[in-house]
Amino acid sequence: MSRRTYTLLKIGAEIAVPLALLAGWQLWTTHAHSVKFPRLSTILVQFKDMWLFSEFGTHVVPSLERIGLGFAIAVAAGILLGIPLGLSRWARLWAMPHIEYWRAIPPPALLPITILLLHSIGNRQKVAFIAFFCLFPVLLNTIDGVRGIDPTLVDTARSYGLGPLERIRRIVLPAALPQIVAGMRNSLSLAVITMVLAEYFSSTSGVGYVLLISKNTFQMAPMWAAIVLIGLLGYLLNVLFILAERRALAWHRGWRASVAG
Amino acid sequence: MLELKGIGKTYSSGAKATHAIGDISFTVAEGEFVCVVGPSGCGKTTLLKCIAGLLPPTRGEVLVRGRRVDGPPEELALVFQEYGRSLMPWASVRNNVLLPLRHKRLSRAERSRLVEESLDAVGLTAFLDHYPWQLSGGMQQRVAIARALAYQPTTLLMDEPFASVDAQTRGDLEDLILRVRDEYDITVLFVTHDIDESVYLPDRVVVLTHSPTEVKEIVPVDLPRPRDQLVTKELPEFAHLRGHVYRLIKREQESETPALEATDVPHAGTAV
Repeated sequence: MSRRTYTLLKIGAEIAVPLALLAGWQLWTTHAHSVKFPRLSTILVQFKDMWLFSEFGTHVVPSLERIGLGFAIAVAAGILLGIPLGLSRWARLWAMPHIEYWRAIPPPALLPITILLLHSIGNRQKVAFIAFFCLFPVLLNTIDGVRGIDPTLVDTARSYGLGPLERIRRIVLPAALPQIVAGMRNSLSLAVITMVLAEYFSSTSGVGYVLLISKNTFQMAPMWAAIVLIGLLGYLLNVLFILAERRALAWHRGWRASVAG
Repeated sequence: MLELKGIGKTYSSGAKATHAIGDISFTVAEGEFVCVVGPSGCGKTTLLKCIAGLLPPTRGEVLVRGRRVDGPPEELALVFQEYGRSLMPWASVRNNVLLPLRHKRLSRAERSRLVEESLDAVGLTAFLDHYPWQLSGGMQQRVAIARALAYQPTTLLMDEPFASVDAQTRGDLEDLILRVRDEYDITVLFVTHDIDESVYLPDRVVVLTHSPTEVKEIVPVDLPRPRDQLVTKELPEFAHLRGHVYRLIKREQESETPALEATDVPHAGTAV
């Protein structure tokens, strides 16, 4: 398969196939007259009315803020905790059972307690909830990435008189970065999931809240519009993340290709 | 000046103890080029790590210009065999060479001067902005050498630096290190398992025994300088010295018992 054919196929898979599916959906919903499955055109009109942009500020912006803040806290905490844990076998010995325990708990199980503990169903509770669950992929990947660093590289830095902090900054962090970023990507999709969850169960704003209100009032078109929006949010966040990753880790792709070839 | 006084290294203790290095003493004079050669698995890398202050010896001490080594000394720069693993794949050639300079108190101009000078000495100024993995093996090792030079050490420690490049590149790198040593006027301690190399390069060869390692013999090499890959290697003295060192090592290998070899080999290279 030539490169050109591949590119065409890729564009087709990315755009044409979804369009065809949507067309099929429109056709089916037009004939089905189902209450639960409104016409695609109705959903799209609803989508435009709600999200472009009359309720964008009241519901989408708060959701994005929660994702952004929760994700940022999780990444910072995951890296800060992951580096010492990756460097010290002793620290891992004590910490790993606790990490494995908390990470095994499904997010809904902790939702009630966050509301009680933080005395709130506001932003603080949502950000804390999102951050807690986004922490684990970053944390575990940071630990793994730091553990996997070539000892020759660390010896080189030591022999040139780089102190521990300087070694972390110049060697440990950049060497572990590809794995940290892979963890961040998992965390980002988890952030969308936990955001919707937190907003659905306890909120007065956000796309998850819109989902709940629409369901409770049997308004199917707004509910579907919210579902479409959530899907798009997750998809676009991931695309943005991959673009940033390609720029930041260009060396990693080249290096891997050179090692493999 | 570099002095090794009764260096010994034992891994673990009790019945399981492995005596990697028995007792090694020798001195490298200021500006001297000394090669260390020994049978495979004799703990050459361990010895070099002790000298570089990366690994504390169990017995004895290393002195650099009279000062006892208890951490990596500023006067020493170490060049590893595995260039692919000692260079940072995420950093350009320039930033790799900059690594040892970043925490030194130097002006920005002084830093870039050192980087450019040292890359010039190894003939790589055209590759400042390349990544190491875009270069050939021999070029990568030259980047590692440039980085060591930029650090401005009085002594260069080299751990089988040319063991993973092809024969022709190896010859070029040998001549490069001889030239650089004259230009920078530095002391070189060069560990190798290649007998030709160990006779071609230095002023003296330290021949080691098998593990627990001791100094078998120190052989002076008074071949004329500058050395030349063709002329020097055709000299009868070269052949004589080479034969002498070869016989010393061969005898060592033959006297080594299989049991000893089995316990010794895993510790030689992998000790961190």
